[in-house]
Amino acid sequence: MSIIIHKNTKILVQGFTGKIGSFHAEEMIKYGSNVVGGVTPGKGGMTHLNLPVFNTVKEAVDQTGASTSILFVPPAFAADSAMEAADAGIKTCVAITDGIPSHDMVKIKRYMRRYPKDKKMGLVGPNCAGIISPGKSMLGIMPGHIYKEGKIGIVSRSGTLGYEAAQQLKDLEIGVSTSVGIGGDPINGSSFRDIIEKFENDDETIAVLMIGEIGGPQEVEAGKFAKENMSKPVIAYIAGLTAPKGRVMGHAGAIVSAYGESAIEKVELLKECGVTISKNPSVMGETVKKVLVENNLN
Amino acid sequence: MDIHEYQAKKILSDFGVKIPTGGIVYSPENAENKAREIGGSKWVVKAQVHSGARGKAGGIIICNSPLEVADATDKLLGKKLITNQTGPEGKIINRIYIEEATDIKHELYLGLVFDRSSESIMVVASTEGGMSVEEISKEKPETIIRSKIEVAVGIQQFQAREIAFGLGIESKLISRAANTIIGCYKAFSELDATMVEVNPLVVSHQDEILALDCKMSFDNNAMFRRDEIAELRDKTQENSNEVYASDRGMNYVSLDGNIGNIINGAGLAMASMDMIKLAGGEPANFLDVGGGATPEKIVKAFKLISMDTKVEVILVNIFAGINRCDWVAEGIVQALSKIEIKHPLVIRLAGTNVEKGNEILKKSNINYIEASTLEDAANKAVKALG
Repeated sequence: MSIIIHKNTKILVQGFTGKIGSFHAEEMIKYGSNVVGGVTPGKGGMTHLNLPVFNTVKEAVDQTGASTSILFVPPAFAADSAMEAADAGIKTCVAITDGIPSHDMVKIKRYMRRYPKDKKMGLVGPNCAGIISPGKSMLGIMPGHIYKEGKIGIVSRSGTLGYEAAQQLKDLEIGVSTSVGIGGDPINGSSFRDIIEKFENDDETIAVLMIGEIGGPQEVEAGKFAKENMSKPVIAYIAGLTAPKGRVMGHAGAIVSAYGESAIEKVELLKECGVTISKNPSVMGETVKKVLVENNLN
Repeated sequence: MDIHEYQAKKILSDFGVKIPTGGIVYSPENAENKAREIGGSKWVVKAQVHSGARGKAGGIIICNSPLEVADATDKLLGKKLITNQTGPEGKIINRIYIEEATDIKHELYLGLVFDRSSESIMVVASTEGGMSVEEISKEKPETIIRSKIEVAVGIQQFQAREIAFGLGIESKLISRAANTIIGCYKAFSELDATMVEVNPLVVSHQDEILALDCKMSFDNNAMFRRDEIAELRDKTQENSNEVYASDRGMNYVSLDGNIGNIINGAGLAMASMDMIKLAGGEPANFLDVGGGATPEKIVKAFKLISMDTKVEVILVNIFAGINRCDWVAEGIVQALSKIEIKHPLVIRLAGTNVEKGNEILKKSNINYIEASTLEDAANKAVKALG
């Protein structure tokens, strides 16, 4: 198994007929993802990329049985689309959109609390690269071919740094069970902790590589969770050692505003939780390999 | 996005927060008239720059006559104020705020931020106004009151009252204090703010609750629906290269080093800066040209980096995903035919079609140093400094 998406996961594309939505929908289909249709309000009834277009997510779910969606809707309308997906019974929604206001994210998360746990949608992102279970399905915008099928779980805020890690692992002939981009925004759908918990419960995954950065409490929260609840080794790299305090470094969430949010502090706190630190971004793959050898997992 | 104190005061007063009488001026003559208009016998002349700790840096002057107000304004206008938050280059003072002096009984702290852990809005308050919140949490953490607000229903009277009582405010002033807190919350939640800070919030000898100094920051991502806030942006308070970059859709932060960076993706950009530092160098900037790294973006990025006079070596690090290294390489070749780069150039390409990309660069007539890994790129960039 992998986490979140599998070979047959039925996928809807929200913002399907737009330029970006179309491009990435095609890439996902080429990779072998089971895209069953899309939603663009007002264009229901059309066919796009040989797939049906629906006006509402509810209609699309009814007719296709889709459980999962990927969202390319522009920032001003993205919160509305995510809530529409939650209400239509979508189980996982990956929001690719960059630039959703924080107040809207808080609103989405508050809205989703109305559903009981078994009916609550899992939101991943926004401002992320999405999810890939190599060889099975791709629900994102990453270059699929750099991921080798295997047993390492990757969870990363950054897209390109996640690619860097996948490439380093591939060069060492190490594969990936699932890679999840949780995005660079201050308020996001799924946290590091949410994802590493799924990896702990996944039979296929043997170790987890967590790629964090400055800002916010999530990396350390995940470290504490790992210390108490995880049997699988966790390896981490934290970007932003040289980032000045109080400045936003590209990602809206990458800003040091409190104790424990700088890269050095996060590294120290994670070490205390028993997480193995990749000392620089060039050795993420090697560090994973070393941990696998030490734990007789290779 | 940050705004000036006087702008934040105007916004908060629209939400029912009381502020001392004051006005903005642009000349000493203007200042003198404003002081007379405000009346009273004591005034505060405040340099409007995007920074805290202005008082310690000499940016706030107390005056006892309109003539002194004019002199103080003259002294500050057009100068650069260097505080412990502005860096050595300081920030230009183009606007002065003149305010009636307040007869202070107590100084309190009031701040509102997003709490990333609970994903709610958090009100932070303390009896130790006048100190920065960092200082308070270090020196007087026991005085800090935190209250999480449920965003779906907003702040309730009782929550504001609890905070006010927690601050030791006299019973007869509780409802005034509560309304101040509620006003700040409303401004935060209705205007897409990311931070509201009133420090100090004061209780005066005349039993008024006044916002003596305020700061507000706003979510850049929400500016599409906040024209009235976007208008308040003062570009003279920002680094000119950063303004150039943000006007062209690039994420750029100017730093102190001499190795200029062109990178795609914020995480990879931070990681590359870290590698430069580990290799013994100092990055001159953070620059994320975006996941796409199209030729147009690369041209813009080279232009931006060559505007920075600190730069002595340029490091390009692109991980081509959906786009391909051969396209990126063509973009670099195109860019360098349009713009002359005098500094040593280190290029590291990775990802899709990396061999083809490197071949295109080799066949072109551009003068560069090829690097394979992140580490290799950083080492070569530092070595190229000579």
